[in-house]
Amino acid sequence: MISGASLTELRAALDARRVSSVELARAFLARIDRLGAQLNAFITVDPERTLAQARAADERIARGAAGPLTGIPVAHKDIFCARGWRTTCASRMLADFVSPYDARVIEAFDEAGAVVLGKTNMDEFAMGSSSENSHFGPVRNPWDPACVAGGSSGGSAAAVAARLAPCATGTDTGGSVRQPAALCGVAGIKPTYGLVSRYGMVAFASSLDQGGVFARYARDLALLLNVIVGFDPRDSTSLERPREDYARELERPLSGLRIGLPREYFGPGMDGDVREAVEAALAALRRLGAVTVEIGLPNSRLAVPAYYVIAPAEASSNLARFDGVRYGYRAADYEDLTDMYCKTRAQGFGPEVRRRILVGTYVLSHGYYDAYYLQAQRVRRLIAQDFASAFRECDLIVGPTSPTVAFAIGAKTTDPVTMYLSDIYTIAANLAGLPAMSIPCGFGRGGLPVGLQAVGPYFSEARLLNLAHQYQGVTDWHLRAPRGFEPERPE
Amino acid sequence: MKPGPTGWEVVIGLETHAQLSTVSKIFSGAPTAFGAAPNSQACGVDIALPGVLPVLNRGAVERAIRFGLAIGATINRRSVFARKNYFYPDLPKGYQISQYEAPIVQGGALVIPTAAGAKTVRITRAHLEEDAGKSLHEDFHGMTGIDLNRAGTPLLEIVSEPDLRSAEEAVAYARALHALVRWIDVCDGNMQEGSFRCDANVSVRPLGETRLGTRCEIKNLNSFRFLERAIEYEARRQIELLEGGAAVVQETRLYDPERDQTRSMRSKEDAHDYRYFPDPDLPPLVLSEQWIEAVGAALPELPQAKRERYQRELGLPAQDAVTLTQSRELAEYFEAALAAATPAAVPAKTVANWVMGELSARLNEAGTDANRSPVGPAALARLLGRIQDRTISGKIAKEVFDAMWAGEGEADAIIERRGLRQISDQAALEAVVEAVLAANPRSIGEFHAGKEKAFNALVGQVMKATGGKANPQQVNELLRRKLAR
Repeated sequence: MISGASLTELRAALDARRVSSVELARAFLARIDRLGAQLNAFITVDPERTLAQARAADERIARGAAGPLTGIPVAHKDIFCARGWRTTCASRMLADFVSPYDARVIEAFDEAGAVVLGKTNMDEFAMGSSSENSHFGPVRNPWDPACVAGGSSGGSAAAVAARLAPCATGTDTGGSVRQPAALCGVAGIKPTYGLVSRYGMVAFASSLDQGGVFARYARDLALLLNVIVGFDPRDSTSLERPREDYARELERPLSGLRIGLPREYFGPGMDGDVREAVEAALAALRRLGAVTVEIGLPNSRLAVPAYYVIAPAEASSNLARFDGVRYGYRAADYEDLTDMYCKTRAQGFGPEVRRRILVGTYVLSHGYYDAYYLQAQRVRRLIAQDFASAFRECDLIVGPTSPTVAFAIGAKTTDPVTMYLSDIYTIAANLAGLPAMSIPCGFGRGGLPVGLQAVGPYFSEARLLNLAHQYQGVTDWHLRAPRGFEPERPE
Repeated sequence: MKPGPTGWEVVIGLETHAQLSTVSKIFSGAPTAFGAAPNSQACGVDIALPGVLPVLNRGAVERAIRFGLAIGATINRRSVFARKNYFYPDLPKGYQISQYEAPIVQGGALVIPTAAGAKTVRITRAHLEEDAGKSLHEDFHGMTGIDLNRAGTPLLEIVSEPDLRSAEEAVAYARALHALVRWIDVCDGNMQEGSFRCDANVSVRPLGETRLGTRCEIKNLNSFRFLERAIEYEARRQIELLEGGAAVVQETRLYDPERDQTRSMRSKEDAHDYRYFPDPDLPPLVLSEQWIEAVGAALPELPQAKRERYQRELGLPAQDAVTLTQSRELAEYFEAALAAATPAAVPAKTVANWVMGELSARLNEAGTDANRSPVGPAALARLLGRIQDRTISGKIAKEVFDAMWAGEGEADAIIERRGLRQISDQAALEAVVEAVLAANPRSIGEFHAGKEKAFNALVGQVMKATGGKANPQQVNELLRRKLAR
């Protein structure tokens, strides 16, 4: 029962003292212990630390001082620096790095009273779409362990899908929350760029990175956004806005909601099983009163190429600090300083990270900067303009999250471009800085989940969650559990 | 080393790094104080932990605006921070945050005194950036120590146009810039601690040639003397190369003060590709009109304006105006002394002479600034008033000043206590003069034989007999009259 409960149910159970935070933590730790290894969803679990936090949460509840998440377990993507926890970013470079400070997102969860179950596996430095690029091995999809969980936040998505955690954090640079959410059959949202502080989130591509959350219920996502959204003076790109309650529009009927369907997203490239599930979801939304209109995002075909210039460019610079001088991995034997840099970085980074550093270094180089970097920035503006025009004709844009369901582990690792195309529908929202989410909308080939993506105008998170909540009211995709990971039956 | 042979023109532009006098760093809250134990003033941002982010220090921006307004530059309402990427152990992030395409300050000029009069040197730009840490190669037995205390210290890099034509001009520019940044309180100017350091771009060309020659950049000159000697050496080296039929190779060079020469550090071919791009962690810096106006309103009167005013309103010679405005402390002292002395009708030139003469000599000896002088401007003014009203002579006044400097009190008290009041009583002086004449018949004889020196000797005797207190003018008149008889 516990492992299948929503955050709202857990909150009620904790407040009514039907369950203690320690009991909750033990229950989830036991599931992680029993079921986690086959998924490789966690890089670090530390039961003592978790239980200590749970005990503190129980005291806080006993004092009557509970916050919204007090006593509720959460799994954090291993990209967030958390004091006392190893923060590896799934890289050999940081395999033994213990952070001396907390990311803002970690602080926010701590302040709300959440209990950390562990740090989840991911693509190294968030670079990937399958969570195979991990120094700690690939994450496996709970719906089919031979398949990938998606990425880069694959461990978080898999953990929530397998009921190893009721909710989890992730980061989304080009789809890293939405795509694994889709492939694992859970809900995930990435808010408007600037709403969630990047302080303490190990940087991949600063202008695109945005923290996000996973859960199974739309309402849970709203509760989680209420916790992690907020101005942070330590992040200069953090936005200062009045607080809002992201749950406030959940119950609003969808009648009159104009849903834009980008013709570019419904063309060839989308697998038939995905198309079927998405069309069925659109029909359900229409039955709820929404109207669908065809819209154009004419520059969307440029999103992936622009992204694979901008993201590597920023990454090549962001990852320069991992040089073996002050912390992290350093090669054992070297001749001189240059040799130390070369060996440390060649040995400390995996192949995909090295590839992106090389691409990024190239596109920023003298003589190539204008042709690649500046050109990509122009494309980025065009893409943002496309969305601005589209949102004059519709309230939200809906389509597939990923062109395919989860693919087999190893299927795309030899061809980076094929892998990059997994994010063809998700990347544009990052380039424009828009809020976007994915919710489960059915199953395709091999019984693997399909995700429905919705993208909204800036600061439209409450409306996105409204759509998700209403849709979940008439469907049960989000309640289905992968075989072998069903929640315990009530005693 | 003297400048090279004639027939050549030396062309110099300077890039100056002025450390901005903020309490904390440009992108973190760590302190900027100099001299702390290694790595004790570097926080997570400075050591570039994973996940940390820069937050711009408003104080550094304000100082850059102040500087820009002081040189009459354009303050860019929108400027952009960029990353300059390169690997070095004392550069924790692997990039330096600087400004590249859109600096905060653009244009402007600095007027500098030269042998041929005032000269206007154009400023290209000034931009904000962070300093790197320090690599310590000594004391680590084949290893390098890294001290990141300096990492993230705010710098204003001030780039001049190649308007300077000699080592002396370059030094005059550097001195004027040094005085200005201290004057407007943006930099403490401490060159030993590296708060103010110059890179010099030096090229030479045949006189009359208008195109620029190939330049070399000499790095990290942290004293005016090194700046002068490095440029002189480098100019001569380039002239010798060209006269010998060789070419100058564009490169970065280092000045070695021990050998008094420059040597190659890296050639253009080895130059880094810094891969500049706008820093995505920092939004463009947008300045409001009100802020710029408020900073402008708080600017003190600038040295050049003061120099012009001293000449125009006070009738001081140009050289005096320059000397008095060498530091804001000295100029403010002068103005305070002048204001206090004006009611006693003390001429501005007298005040200026005393400030530039006695006072400055004493300050230099003591190695202190005018604002810390034991003799304050009002006290000096009262002393000068006593010269003006003929209570004491200028010569006695110097004795009184020394006593004041030594802490013996106010001028009037010292004059009274030491009995230094000038003797102007005609009868008393006549008695002394007659006594001196009676005692020196030989001098009288010599005087009548046409020796003017003998007259001076007699004046000296009278002054000696009165302990220097006799009114010199009266003594002169009395002697002339008595000797004429």
